[in-house]
Amino acid sequence: MILVAGGSVLTSEGIIATDVAIDDGFIVAVGAIDPGTAEVIDARGCWVGPGLVDLHVHLREPGQEWKEDIASGSRAAASGGFTALVAMPNTLPAIDAGHRAGFVAEQGRKAGICHVAPAGAITLDRRGVELAHLDELWEAGVRLFTDDGDTVADAGMLRRAMEYLAGRDCVLAQHAEDPGLGAGGHMHEGAVSSRLGIRGLPALAEETIVARDLALVRLTGAAYHVQHASTTGTVALIRQAKAEGLPVTAEVTPHHLMLDHSEVESMDPDFKMYPPLRTTEDVAELRRALIDGTIDAVATDHAPHADHEQEVPFEEAPRGVIGLETALAATLTATGLDQTTLFQRMSTTPAAIARFADHGLPLVVGGPANIVVIDPSATWVPDRFVSRSQNSPFRGRKLTGSVVATVFEGTVTHGPAS
Amino acid sequence: MRHLLTIEGVTRPELEDLLDLSDEFLNVLDRDIPKVPTLLGATVATMFFEPSTRTRLSFERAARALSADVLSFSPGTSSVTKGESLKDTALTLKAMGADLMVVRHPATGAAHRVSRWADLPVVNGGDGAHQHPTQALLDAFTLRRHFGKLDGLRVGIVGDIRHSRVARSDLQAFSTLGATVTLVAPPTLLPLDTTGWPCDTATELDGVIGDLDVVYLLRIQSERGGVSGFTSLPEYVRRFGLDDRRFRLLRDDAVIMHPGPMNRGVEIAPHIADHPRTLILDQVRNGVAARMAVLFRLMTPEARR
Amino acid sequence: MTAEPVMTSDDIRRAVHRIAHEIVERHHGTAGLVLVGIHTRGVPFARAIGAAIADFEGTTVPVGELDIGLYRDDLGRRSSPRLERTSIPVDITDQTAVLVDDVLFTGRTIRAALDALSDLGRAGQIELAVLVDRGHRQLPIRPDYVGKNLPTSIEQRVSVRIDEVDGHTGVWVGEGKGQ
Repeated sequence: MILVAGGSVLTSEGIIATDVAIDDGFIVAVGAIDPGTAEVIDARGCWVGPGLVDLHVHLREPGQEWKEDIASGSRAAASGGFTALVAMPNTLPAIDAGHRAGFVAEQGRKAGICHVAPAGAITLDRRGVELAHLDELWEAGVRLFTDDGDTVADAGMLRRAMEYLAGRDCVLAQHAEDPGLGAGGHMHEGAVSSRLGIRGLPALAEETIVARDLALVRLTGAAYHVQHASTTGTVALIRQAKAEGLPVTAEVTPHHLMLDHSEVESMDPDFKMYPPLRTTEDVAELRRALIDGTIDAVATDHAPHADHEQEVPFEEAPRGVIGLETALAATLTATGLDQTTLFQRMSTTPAAIARFADHGLPLVVGGPANIVVIDPSATWVPDRFVSRSQNSPFRGRKLTGSVVATVFEGTVTHGPAS
Repeated sequence: MRHLLTIEGVTRPELEDLLDLSDEFLNVLDRDIPKVPTLLGATVATMFFEPSTRTRLSFERAARALSADVLSFSPGTSSVTKGESLKDTALTLKAMGADLMVVRHPATGAAHRVSRWADLPVVNGGDGAHQHPTQALLDAFTLRRHFGKLDGLRVGIVGDIRHSRVARSDLQAFSTLGATVTLVAPPTLLPLDTTGWPCDTATELDGVIGDLDVVYLLRIQSERGGVSGFTSLPEYVRRFGLDDRRFRLLRDDAVIMHPGPMNRGVEIAPHIADHPRTLILDQVRNGVAARMAVLFRLMTPEARR
Repeated sequence: MTAEPVMTSDDIRRAVHRIAHEIVERHHGTAGLVLVGIHTRGVPFARAIGAAIADFEGTTVPVGELDIGLYRDDLGRRSSPRLERTSIPVDITDQTAVLVDDVLFTGRTIRAALDALSDLGRAGQIELAVLVDRGHRQLPIRPDYVGKNLPTSIEQRVSVRIDEVDGHTGVWVGEGKGQ
């Protein structure tokens, strides 16, 4: 038996200061519990709640295992407090067929550190020309479809995918980057890119796609998810769509909550990602939107790249940064969310969007033991990462909020006891 | 000053110190034996990842005039060199004894990164569309020698500003030294956001040319995607080329500059390129002296006054 | 520093005059002479010698200035001074160049000055005039004209101050390593 003792626990009756006992993969008691011979996790001063859920990670397997693989990515996830992940399909080969999705899920099960659900591509090989094997993917358990890494630029293609999947309980997610407006850009198009002489990616490249997609949602009624929202304009579009009652959800990354485009002055590719870091106004608006719920979830867009791939000039570097291990701390540092809201945004709501039955649930007796223990006031400075790659924009920066322990299906995957 | 990566942040006294040094080195270059033993035993490595014979030769000439040795690296077309990373190349040259590196690269920030990896003084020989500090120095030096000082000079920089590292460095150096700078280009070739920049902008050359003391022409470059910023070469020439008509609009004492190499018949009419009012060859000559000043300053510890 | 100077402003003036006479006497006149002051304080001394010669001989001897900053053998070991002007108004080929400096110590400055001078031309003859010779040579260099021989210990400091440069004139000796 494992006992999580003395924490502030998110139960179905709200937040209660109490203990949680875990045995054989399930929560067996919530209340004052005698430790006996149990393995004790000291949760005093900590928040206890359902394990975090990440809607957007790149685990790089199959095909690019030098950056990360499903096992190493799972370990990084556990270290960050996550018990469930949605793995993006831009692997080599892409996850555009049932057996490939099955492979990813099986690798996740073998690692046994967190739940790994493969996302499926919308188009074959994510090329945007023909639909992927959507039925097979659905049968293999895929519930989130995206060409992430690329945009489904052809509106007709996206409409067809939405209509094809109508009636099924799943969500279509879009990486919004208009190929015409964004071509050749490496950072946010603005004052800093003008000064550095680096070709920019305008906010419009994201907003025009989101606006167009929302018109398609209006037409088809399909469930639609905005990936890595990064601009004030995108937030406004989401707000308006929700006011209309459209089935729209949205995510934001921790780095977009904390950093702006002035970071690129360092010329360090650890600040290069898509969408790029934008202005301080955008950062402020994204924080407001996450706090008030316009943006439903935090998702890391964890994108590992090896050291040698980063040791190049900024413009030549690949896009993306890791984020699993710093997600909680960066989110808390940026927004100061309270316990209830934090678990909503980083666990319950993303679990709902991903259609995960066993994650994001308040802790009740009989429920699955997918739990995270968080110290909301611990400060620390990220240095070396569990992930196979080290490309983090937070290295050397003081953050507040740490993961004390993570429990997945009753096993401690991170913490003092693991 | 450990590196010279950008003109941004170089103070007026620092700039003037480098220009004063350049004067002395120009005297050295005028001698029968244009050489001093100052950097004997030191090795200057040039890493040129972009085709540029002139700038590389200028740096090498400067190094040799100071009696330094030169290691010059430029990736050829061979597939072998394609594999080696920028970082590995820098560390290899350092292992071979380089005491200072000059880096030119098509990507912004390449010299910055090399300075972190190699932990040696680094001179940015031009990075992407970002900065070309030694060009700015030699241009400022040329203007100071011609006019005595830059204070109050009205300089117009004409051409593909958006993609020009020369423009970005020059405007900062000139304005720090007291000149007034106007960037002249069609709207698609001006930088997107010049708020707070120490200069004006103009989208027609004819409107400003009569007030300028210096017309600085940039090369219209096809290497960095400049051609897509305007409709056609003939149209550019018609609106912004320095032809006979515009030449006649110039003030009597106005001068013409160009970082080279010139596109005769594009930004400058062929016969005007050879006119005595152009300072282009002075710029080349002064470039060696200015680069000697930079090498001298970076390879010997900072003077304490 | 000693409270009293070992050479006062008047002592310096007399030494300069004597050196000027010695130079003209040795060369039987001023033909072919060039005075080259070494920056920083050698320059005003060279000018003072030139002025003295003009005064008693009635002829003008060209006076140049030489900066040895580019020829030092200790670059990288100490902070480099500002480069001053190097400018000699005549061609020194076949002329008699008299290097002028304020203090002669190890001889390394003069060694650098000889290199610098030879890069400017092939003088017929090079001589050396110093205001103070404080000994402790590290190179085989000897002065032709000396204002004052000043035996010192290696730990002592000799400070020459000149009105144009420092606002007052005199030579002091003190404790502590230095020029």
